Amino acid sequence: MRKYSAFAIAREAFRHHSGWQRAWRSPEPKKSYQVVIVGAGGHGLATAYYLAKNHGIRDIAVIEKGWLGGGNTGRNTTIIRSNYLQDESAAIYEKARGLYEGLSAELNYNIMFSPRGVMMLAQTEHELRGYHRINQANAIQGVATEMLTPEQVKSKVPIMEINGPRYPVLGALWQARGGTARHDAVAWGYARAASDLGVDIIQQTEVTGITQSGGQVTGVQTTRGDISCKKLGIVVAGHSGVLAEMAGFRLPIESVSLQALVSEPIKPCIDVVVMANTVHGYLSQSDKGELVIGGGADGYNNYTQRGSFHHVEETVRALIETFPIISRLKQLRQWGGIVDMTGDRSPIIGKTPLGGCFINCGWGTGGFKSIPGSGWALAATMASGEPDELAAPFGLERFAEGRFIDESVAAGVAH
Amino acid sequence: MLLLTCPYCGVSAEETEFHGGGEAHLKRHADGSSDDAFTAYLFERKNPKGIVFERWRHVYGCGKWFHAARCAVTLEVFGTYSAQTLKPPKSIITSIKAKRPDWEEIS
Repeated sequence: MRKYSAFAIAREAFRHHSGWQRAWRSPEPKKSYQVVIVGAGGHGLATAYYLAKNHGIRDIAVIEKGWLGGGNTGRNTTIIRSNYLQDESAAIYEKARGLYEGLSAELNYNIMFSPRGVMMLAQTEHELRGYHRINQANAIQGVATEMLTPEQVKSKVPIMEINGPRYPVLGALWQARGGTARHDAVAWGYARAASDLGVDIIQQTEVTGITQSGGQVTGVQTTRGDISCKKLGIVVAGHSGVLAEMAGFRLPIESVSLQALVSEPIKPCIDVVVMANTVHGYLSQSDKGELVIGGGADGYNNYTQRGSFHHVEETVRALIETFPIISRLKQLRQWGGIVDMTGDRSPIIGKTPLGGCFINCGWGTGGFKSIPGSGWALAATMASGEPDELAAPFGLERFAEGRFIDESVAAGVAH
Repeated sequence: MLLLTCPYCGVSAEETEFHGGGEAHLKRHADGSSDDAFTAYLFERKNPKGIVFERWRHVYGCGKWFHAARCAVTLEVFGTYSAQTLKPPKSIITSIKAKRPDWEEIS
């Protein structure tokens, strides 16, 4: 792989850009791999990358039914933060946020990480008390957050109407080192780096079955033939239930559509990420000038990648009251992603009832921010066969044991 | 936008008048059941990419719970029926099979 650099741009400028290589290989699938990962989204590609880099396992295939990064990795609102309530969550999300800080240099791919600060608005008394609690928990966990007064909120975001009347701003939880990154670039950067380490990324190939023998996984059936493997990682977010059915077990997961939209591009007017959890809306401005708006999840299971009209209406209605300046903006695009929701709103990482088969799912509405940490933890778990320190609390068995990692009260909708 | 018909009061309305209640026909396991069965009852869900049978409540109408058969991919509704039943009635199964001949119910 030829390195990207300022020198490379200058060199290519002198030869009509004829020397750029493809970012990743598109190999024919082999008959057998040591590790097969289903799903070439951010989490799957990060898992493959860290397996190759941290654990020296390079005989890996990442199988993707569509194109890489075309699922939730390409559909989220790109927010990165780690201000969670529970210690287990803070550990893995903070690991991910820390990895994001150095990811562009590590992958030699500009993921445009922008630590512009994440502001979570408190618009009810309950929410204000909840954020005070998280702020205290974060102090103990070593995650830097602070509480802002309404006046401080107004000075950071002048376009915000803080007096209500329906949704007054009573304060905010502020994580200065949170922010956004270019979501596609995260998938592309991991894909390029993993491919360079020898990982085969096989796109446009759907897994149609999982083969097993004596309680041990032996391979996968795909639309391009059977591929055998010693270890299998299922990293497919909203379709986890479908893959689990093939593997012969069930998950405590329900799939729903979560939607987002962007406005037409306008001049810079907001330079932080604002999350308004009471009204299920979050807002940031992309480098192109579009306002990126995240909305609510549907109230019933579905696989539509579209979302209900009334949810987008509720989101926009509430955001217009908080940000009156956006009321005349046109909507440019709207879409949905299928998110995998667990009861405690925390992910599932670890072993499954099928031997050699590992799963990473249940990130629900908050998967993008956790991509590096999630890949790191699953790679360590798959390499050793036992859950690593970050992954251990998130095992599937926690439901049977009643050992929930309850983030649903702290951040039931907006992650 | 889903359009559902409440089988109790007969009102047809948009999904905003109803509230989804998750998977229907769960077999309740309680005292005396094995840990595995109890865990499965409490947490594990079929979550199929296809036909779902689910509970709905007519919250802004008669307030009653009922069941609906729906496709989770196309959002096509195959019918609604009484909640006082342990499995989908024959008429619902017939209307699903009429449009999806290959469909098989997940046990």
